[in-house]
Amino acid sequence: MSALLEARGLHKHYPAGRGGVLHAVDGVDLEVAAGECVGLVGESGCGKSTLVRLLARLIDPTSGRILLAGADTTAVSQARFVTMPQRAQIQVVFQDPSESLNPSFRVFRSIADPLRRLLGIHDPTRLAARVHRAADLVGLPRELIARYPHQLSGGQRARVGIARAIAVEPALLILDEPTSALDVSVQAVILRLLADLRTRLGMSYLFVSHDLNVVRLLCSRIVVMYLGRVVEMAPTEALFTAPRHPYTQALLAAIPDPARRGERRLRLEGAPRSPIDPDPDVCRFHGRCPASSERCATAMPQLRPFGENHLAACHFA
Amino acid sequence: MRAMVLGRNLSHAFGANRLTLVAAAILLLLLLCAAFGQFLVPYDPLMTDGTAKLMAPGAAHMFGTDALGRDIFSRIVVAARLDLGMAISAVALSFVLGLTLGAIAGYFGGLADRVIGRVMDTIMAFPLFVLAMGIVAALGNSVLNIIIATMIINLPFYCRFARAEVNVRRETGYVEAARMGGNRAPAVLVNHIVPNILPPMMVQASLNMGWAILNAAGLSFIGLGVRPPTPEWGIMVSEGASFIISGEWWTFVFPGAALVLAVFCFNLLGDGLRDLLDPRRRI
Ligand SMILES: Nc1ncnc2c1ncn2[C@@H]1O[C@H](COP(=O)(O)OP(=O)(O)O)[C@@H](O)[C@H]1O
Ligand SMILES: [Mg+2]
Repeated sequence: MSALLEARGLHKHYPAGRGGVLHAVDGVDLEVAAGECVGLVGESGCGKSTLVRLLARLIDPTSGRILLAGADTTAVSQARFVTMPQRAQIQVVFQDPSESLNPSFRVFRSIADPLRRLLGIHDPTRLAARVHRAADLVGLPRELIARYPHQLSGGQRARVGIARAIAVEPALLILDEPTSALDVSVQAVILRLLADLRTRLGMSYLFVSHDLNVVRLLCSRIVVMYLGRVVEMAPTEALFTAPRHPYTQALLAAIPDPARRGERRLRLEGAPRSPIDPDPDVCRFHGRCPASSERCATAMPQLRPFGENHLAACHFA
Repeated sequence: MRAMVLGRNLSHAFGANRLTLVAAAILLLLLLCAAFGQFLVPYDPLMTDGTAKLMAPGAAHMFGTDALGRDIFSRIVVAARLDLGMAISAVALSFVLGLTLGAIAGYFGGLADRVIGRVMDTIMAFPLFVLAMGIVAALGNSVLNIIIATMIINLPFYCRFARAEVNVRRETGYVEAARMGGNRAPAVLVNHIVPNILPPMMVQASLNMGWAILNAAGLSFIGLGVRPPTPEWGIMVSEGASFIISGEWWTFVFPGAALVLAVFCFNLLGDGLRDLLDPRRRI
């Protein structure tokens, strides 16, 4: 398997006052193959968006490397990377479509700007053709192209955000909870659009969500994060039928399922550990984990294989 | 099409606030005086007349005459060009320079931010009018030096305002998207951030213009800057002030009123401008 995107030992630390260090992303290894759709799940604050920004080269890692089609993107500065052809290869659809559109740009300019900058398309006819094609692909009516973001609905803004990202034809599209800011009725429509786009354009997806049901529909492989670390990754079927990590098990148990109504659910007790100055020898899930033992407080569990492409980081898995 | 939209925006901004319409009318009047005043006035503003000293307002002289028999109305109208010209040039210069420095400080932070911040703090540490006096005294009495002095004492306000506005936008989603879309730092600043901070900056500039007018006129009032017999509102008020006791009120009331009117007009325009330039209110 030749990976399109390969992250090795990614760390992102933030100063957290009084000399503390917040480990937002703490040693993540990740691969996305060409054409693959990988899901990334984990609760809010576990570092998903930080990982997305690292991978998209929008922030600098504290340490670690990122390879895009074999080329190390962390070897060049962000300022250099912005001008490189690879910049177009990895694009992000941001969490909040309203916040990610410039309020003083009409839709046309929002979509056209990356086409000009990244692909050097300046000819007005060609540019308009590309913008229209992107708008058509995401089902954005042409007459909305001359509007400002405040004149659009949430769903339309989401479509603009997607159109802007796919217009430059990236090899990898990262979607950071693309539907979490939308009304429930619109969510389903946008998800269907995203699934449809992938089959039509053949991009790889890294699909971030806190909702396992959503990634189950779209992704062939799922990565589960907890407090800055990957705790389990497996093909979707294996993850749902035989989850290894207690955190994954708890996530699955939390999915509402009418067939299991009345059964006792696995519930997480206790408060999560702090991401600030975490003890490197204590499992991040310790204290909240139903299967805790003394060993969990003295040795950090590493990812171990459990069958094909299935890894989990738990002493008891 | 564009003209129509602009028209609707204008009518929206003015319709919302009658006072803005009044202010715009005053501005138009002032600008007309500034542009064509010298062709419109009944008398040569510099012409003295020994037989018509300190005449009260009447048929021949609408606003009366001063101690040298010059027509006060003509002098006020002609002075609009100099007074507005000095204030507008000074504000335009501090706007551009303040925006540039503030945007750099706010976007890049670090050393640039510290150096620029320190310079602005130093300016602010002085009583500003006294600083302006010092600058004109040091550089010499000239219109250009009044403009420079007024520009310098206004600079910190624009710089700090721009810095704060850029700073809050530096990490927004659309800036991140701009970087992802291949924009290098200067392009992010100029094309993606600055258009969004121009509207609030323009409002500031309009509110600030009144102060700049008073400042430039104030320098002339105390004898720094423009010299007699040039028609200038500050000099006229200062010359008229010696007649407060003897009761020739028209010598200082009319030029003073011209100053008040100009200040009032720009302050009112600030609010109207905010409505006009806010992209969220665009149709
Ligand atoms: N720029 C930043 N400065 C300091 N802390 C940050 C920054 N960005 C994120 N964090 C912290 O990193 C952790 C992970 O955040 P984030 O990646 O946004 O999580 P998620 O997207 O999974 O909700 C959180 O504790 C958050 O407070
Ligand atoms: Mg997030």
